[in-house]
Amino acid sequence: MSDSELPAELPRAGRPVYLNLLAIRQPVPAIVSILHRVSGALLFLVGIPLLLWAVQHSLASPETWAALRASLAHPLAKLLLLGLVWAYLHHFCAGIRYLLLDLHIGTELTPLRQSSYAVLIVSLALTAVVGARLW
Amino acid sequence: MVARIIVGAHYGWKDWLAQRATAVVMALYTLLLLGIALYEGGIDYATWTGLFAHPAFRIATLLFGLALLWHAWIGMRDIWMDYVKPAGLRLTIEAATVLILVAYLAWLVEVLWGPGR
Repeated sequence: MSDSELPAELPRAGRPVYLNLLAIRQPVPAIVSILHRVSGALLFLVGIPLLLWAVQHSLASPETWAALRASLAHPLAKLLLLGLVWAYLHHFCAGIRYLLLDLHIGTELTPLRQSSYAVLIVSLALTAVVGARLW
Repeated sequence: MVARIIVGAHYGWKDWLAQRATAVVMALYTLLLLGIALYEGGIDYATWTGLFAHPAFRIATLLFGLALLWHAWIGMRDIWMDYVKPAGLRLTIEAATVLILVAYLAWLVEVLWGPGR
């Protein structure tokens, strides 16, 4: 970073001046953490209303059930559904990991990294299982 | 008037606990639903509506909805607090979040106990 890029208003002494998060190679637990946020926000904004809409139509009548199944057969709908399924599964797995950490299980550096990889892999694998059933 | 030094609202630990308790409720509901689907060997219209005909299942679903509402509020508020710095804008967004969540809840009640049921 050159001096010209420093913010005009200097922060208090000792504080980091500027961190380009995209230029830093993030550790795996950090990636799991930010994906926990992203997936959570996605579920709030898209997942919940879509789920409510789907449950409503699935229950209303055999006709709306069939119509719902038909609209979910569209490839774009499947893709959207798969994205939300991933968001749910990642949020679920990462959440279980945080609950275990709260119980002081796996708080050393190596298990922290291993469990982060496990969260990424397990949620993707389960998403793939759902995807295989969808297609 | 008593002069007070405000050092925090002390809701942090309550929210921390609530976030975990609500997560456990939702995880249990998810496993229950998964267990039912596996037990039934897939879900068709008859099993699905039969399930929601049980008052106990509707109540369990409402509990899931309440846990989700609370959980999503804490999570979204934390996100807004971290990224939206202007207080007026943040309060507006937070108020909108509350309204959306309450609307979601009303929608769920409508689905579970509405005239269509």
